[in-house]
Amino acid sequence: MSKSKLKIAFYWAASCGGCEIAVLDLNEKILDVLNLADIVFWPVALDVKYKDVEALPDKHIDITFFNGSVRNSEQEHMAKLLRKKSKTLVAFGSCAHEGCIPGLANLNSKQEIFEQVYLKDVSNINPESVTPKTETVVKEGTLKLPEFYDTVKTLDQTVEVDYYLPGCPPPVELIAAAVDAIAKNSLPPKGSVLAPPKAVCDECKRKRDNKKISKLYRVYEKDPDPEICLLDQGILCMGPATRSGCGARCLKVNMPCTGCGGKAPNVPEQGAAMLSALASILGYKNESGETKYTEKEVEDLINQIKDPAGTFYMYSLPASILKRKVIKK
Amino acid sequence: MKEILIDPITRLEGHGNISIFLNDNGEVENAYLKIPELRGFEKFCIGRRAEFMPQLTTRICGVCPVAHHFASAKTLDAAFKVEPTPTAKKLRELMNAAYFIYDHTLHFYYLSAPDFIVGIDAPPEKRNIIGIIEKAGLDVAKNIIKHRAYGQKITELIGGKATHPVCALPGGVSKALSEENRQEIEKMATSCVDFAKFSLKLFHDVVLGNAKYLDLIKSNAYSMPTYYMGLVDENNKVNFYDGKIRVVDPYGKEFLKFSPQDYLKHVGEHVEEWTYSKFPYLKAVGWKGLVAGAENGIYRVGPLGRLNASEGMATPIAQAEYEEMYKTFGGKPIHSTLAFHWARLIELTYAAERAVELVKDPEITSTNIRNKPGEPGEGIGVVEAARGTLFHHYKLDKDALVKDVNMVVATTNNYPSICMSVRDAAKGLIHNGKVDQGILNMVEMAFRAYDPCFGCATHTAIGQMPLTVEVYNSQKQLIQKLSR
Repeated sequence: MSKSKLKIAFYWAASCGGCEIAVLDLNEKILDVLNLADIVFWPVALDVKYKDVEALPDKHIDITFFNGSVRNSEQEHMAKLLRKKSKTLVAFGSCAHEGCIPGLANLNSKQEIFEQVYLKDVSNINPESVTPKTETVVKEGTLKLPEFYDTVKTLDQTVEVDYYLPGCPPPVELIAAAVDAIAKNSLPPKGSVLAPPKAVCDECKRKRDNKKISKLYRVYEKDPDPEICLLDQGILCMGPATRSGCGARCLKVNMPCTGCGGKAPNVPEQGAAMLSALASILGYKNESGETKYTEKEVEDLINQIKDPAGTFYMYSLPASILKRKVIKK
Repeated sequence: MKEILIDPITRLEGHGNISIFLNDNGEVENAYLKIPELRGFEKFCIGRRAEFMPQLTTRICGVCPVAHHFASAKTLDAAFKVEPTPTAKKLRELMNAAYFIYDHTLHFYYLSAPDFIVGIDAPPEKRNIIGIIEKAGLDVAKNIIKHRAYGQKITELIGGKATHPVCALPGGVSKALSEENRQEIEKMATSCVDFAKFSLKLFHDVVLGNAKYLDLIKSNAYSMPTYYMGLVDENNKVNFYDGKIRVVDPYGKEFLKFSPQDYLKHVGEHVEEWTYSKFPYLKAVGWKGLVAGAENGIYRVGPLGRLNASEGMATPIAQAEYEEMYKTFGGKPIHSTLAFHWARLIELTYAAERAVELVKDPEITSTNIRNKPGEPGEGIGVVEAARGTLFHHYKLDKDALVKDVNMVVATTNNYPSICMSVRDAAKGLIHNGKVDQGILNMVEMAFRAYDPCFGCATHTAIGQMPLTVEVYNSQKQLIQKLSR
């Protein structure tokens, strides 16, 4: 062998599995990956045990792709372990990157979630108000469960991360590009997001006039013109605040960007960036160019935005400056 | 008492593990399949914009996002009191069929087939998709990869994205199908019918043609009488997208047939302290704990559940195979858990045949794809996911924000049965405290048949779930540790 193959690990924490499917969606290219690299740790694919990872020398793995957020101690432990064993750690997908949709759980506490799921859900028949416990004594012994935490954390809130592959899930093109960059040893500087340095709007083919809009429409209220910018048509689209690399594919089926690519390049955070974009778009047509509004007018404009937290931070609440809702004890 | 903890490596992330307790004679006293994960969608979806529920809920599962997308869309149809246009319904059904093609291919070839094609006794490191490539050849592997990709591609053409599609709206879908895309889908779907036939032939040659496997499939260790549930059309044929929910009893007799809107009258969920998952059951029979039979309300869903709960398949090749399966087992219903695999391939065939029917429908390219929603209210929506009947139920406020959510997710329906199957397999296979590698895989096969999607099925999608077994003596000291 002239040159030893790269050692790659895949790992997941709290996630839906879509990131794994995205890797499978490389289709035949996955055979190339197997030629390029030895997969040293991929619990779903290969029989390598957890203790084998612990036994590896530090920095033994060249690259670890880590998907999912961190919401219990076991996930935190594995994140730390794989950080230690890996030369390069990639936060793969929106959950590891910014917290994603399951990160909206930071709008609630553990107690509120338990009450809903085990006590209030309408199909429950739970007269004794049973909820799961970390330790339960049954007649044969004791059964243990991991503790459910109050707060969802991103990977880089847990350990140092070298690269980020954004998206929910990351677009196959970005995964393929990352694999190529690894093969050619041409990865960008550490800390980079492995996606084009553009916003979704830059990849969107729709015609945009940056019109002032005074009325916002919900997606079910309006059948939009397929050629024109959705924001220009009054449909809230996260495109201006969101990282591209997806080819604006939601826009191609007449649906707005909801922000899965995470914050756009050079903005501190996604929600604030979208709010600032909206501030310059929302307004009334005024022939004399007046931009002064009464407080009432401003309030009416803003009140059209329903569920601002869930809209502006649909994929990025844990990574945002807000992080979570304050828990009142 | 000894405790054996069969611990998928996924325990480390929290996706499911098994504790088996032995008595002093080394026989299995009891076994528990714990689900150590919860994400709390039913809580954090409250307050969100209703129209994005079809996108929020896809993140429950990245393997079956399409099923959640459309269960949610149908819930919104009901909540906004709007009937989708005929074309919108057909596009949704076509995309759902494509999702079944991709998902059943994924499960059969990437997860289950290694046991049968590579061999139950083969070393664990060979029992995965790479082993299939070695055994069946690169051309076969490429064919499998190609047709799984077709399922995804069809979803992407209609839904915008394959994983986590975005096209669903109350009253319809967001984009019409172009003639160019229609033709592309027709080619892919037609090829999928051939692929399904190839898969059936492979199953006959490799599995049914092997007396050892056939005996295993029919063996008592993998057999369990329960109720069965699935969506059926007006002729009681299996339907993945719409219809009534039919339940048959362990003798195969129709027990219930109800409209999805009435699910709360019939389905309840029991809670235990030792697991984060709940235990659904039929209210009319009641919850009697983890026991099989007609006296307990436990029911099974998914491929075998659907076929048992129906009176056939609505397409010809699938129907012929359906008859063949019941003939082989000597009638209905089939209680053998390993028959899920055969049922899955019959459904793959139906999904491909149905996709061809739909894509050839003259109405499929109509641009009449959305009806105007009415006022927001309450809605219930049900579809079949690959792993079983999927219920969504929302209440919306006047601003069409979500006020309350309830979901009974496909695999959750099967959770009580999976617990029992694992326990029964352990009881049947572990004796005198003897646990070896082969037995571990046989126990694991009991739950793999269901294609369980705890946290998410992809986490086991491409091969074996690595296991660790810890044997404790009655003082709870570790005396033996097995891993693979």
